[in-house]
Amino acid sequence: MTKKAIILHPDDNVATVLEKLEEGTEIEIEKQNKLIEKIVTTKKIPFLHKIALIDISKGAPVIKYGQIIGKATMDIKKGDHVHTKNLVSWFYS
Amino acid sequence: MNFLGYKRENGSIGIRNLIAIIPSVICSAHAAQKIADAIPNSVCLTHPYGCGHFGADWRRIVNNLAGLGKNPNVAAALVVGLGCENVTSKFIAKEIEKTGKPTQFMDIQKSGGTEKTIKKGIEIASEMRTNADQLKKQSFGLEKLVLGLECGGSDATSGLIANPAVGVASDTIVKAGGTAILPEFIEWVGTEHNLAKRCVKPEDGELLIEMIDTFTSEAQKQGYNMRMIAPGNIRGGLTTIEEKALGTICKAGKAPIQGLLSYGEPPPVPGLWLMVEPGLDVESMTGLASAGAQVCTFTTGQGTPTGNAIMPVIKISGNPETMETMGSDIDLDATAILSGKETVDSFGLKILEEIIAVANGKATIAEKMGHQEFAIWRLPIMFNLGGMSKKFERFFD
Repeated sequence: MTKKAIILHPDDNVATVLEKLEEGTEIEIEKQNKLIEKIVTTKKIPFLHKIALIDISKGAPVIKYGQIIGKATMDIKKGDHVHTKNLVSWFYS
Repeated sequence: MNFLGYKRENGSIGIRNLIAIIPSVICSAHAAQKIADAIPNSVCLTHPYGCGHFGADWRRIVNNLAGLGKNPNVAAALVVGLGCENVTSKFIAKEIEKTGKPTQFMDIQKSGGTEKTIKKGIEIASEMRTNADQLKKQSFGLEKLVLGLECGGSDATSGLIANPAVGVASDTIVKAGGTAILPEFIEWVGTEHNLAKRCVKPEDGELLIEMIDTFTSEAQKQGYNMRMIAPGNIRGGLTTIEEKALGTICKAGKAPIQGLLSYGEPPPVPGLWLMVEPGLDVESMTGLASAGAQVCTFTTGQGTPTGNAIMPVIKISGNPETMETMGSDIDLDATAILSGKETVDSFGLKILEEIIAVANGKATIAEKMGHQEFAIWRLPIMFNLGGMSKKFERFFD
């Protein structure tokens, strides 16, 4: 299976997809070169956009590069597309 | 890991052996260019400045023209003035001479006009060339290297692929006792708290946060929101300013930050440094070269052709479309990370190998193409925070 998403830091709760993924696509996520699990996309995800690796509750931090990149504005399910509709900068929250 | 370089009088190490012809003012730029045209392995730092500068603006021009002459890639410098300008050839030459390198100055008004200036200038520069050619390269450790960390034409691949890989190379150089400089403070907006935590001196971190807060709130008063990201960023998959800024600062790896430099200020000790300047690529690279960087990595998503007159610039892209459309302008193709054939770490070491190859003499694409872009960051009102708070004066003066 080709690599379809990249995780930049072990603490991250989102990954960046390396190709456009249709709804219902199953991808395998590697963490530190170890296969951790399979994730199924809940909606289509454009090239280089983010996918949730776990459920993220409304108000919880979204983490990429091992750092907080903002706050979830609604409950995010594992496999969801994480973008402007469910994530906002901490500066605006 | 070692590289080959030229030892300069002050102990710094050059990776090029250039003769720099520096016009102190635009009026002498033509004569300076004609001199440089006649001398192999020389550069002319043509610029539109040199007259009618006052206060902080004058200091900025003088410091950077002198800083480029002081860069260890320059073996010797000839400063050519007109004679009536207030950025004088003598002042710049005396500054450069503090490094101990052969430096001379001349003015067209005192040398009998343009033609005689060119003739005399060619004689002086030819002798400088002959002497510089006697120097032999020696081997030095990475502790003698100063790396500039530039990026431009960024897209979603920059922070994902090319920047983190450069961060690996930068960390390796810093761990070996070398120096890296991260410029472009506008691009730190959104991640200032992360950078502040990495500052060795807590007061530098506090100053950085306060400066970015002041900058963003002053910009807000003028109608600019500096915590917004561009529509193109959002289409490309970036959602927040924090995310974008984290991608930018990946170039600086994970090393602790020694402190904050003003534009063109040489780092006083090795390690990773931040340079406070706004981040237009060509102006930014002038600041890096003035600070003594011998080599610069330039990560780009959408592609860029630019180089620098004094400092070799290694361009790196992780965008497959850019490699197809502008690959002939890019030195290193990082798309193998995207396809999974390389990791950020493995490709980071390839970048380090390329830095060393370029230090050892390999010409970058910009060098082969003859790129010599040069511009100095002047002081528009928007950035004149020195006038708002004494605390930031040293960065804006």
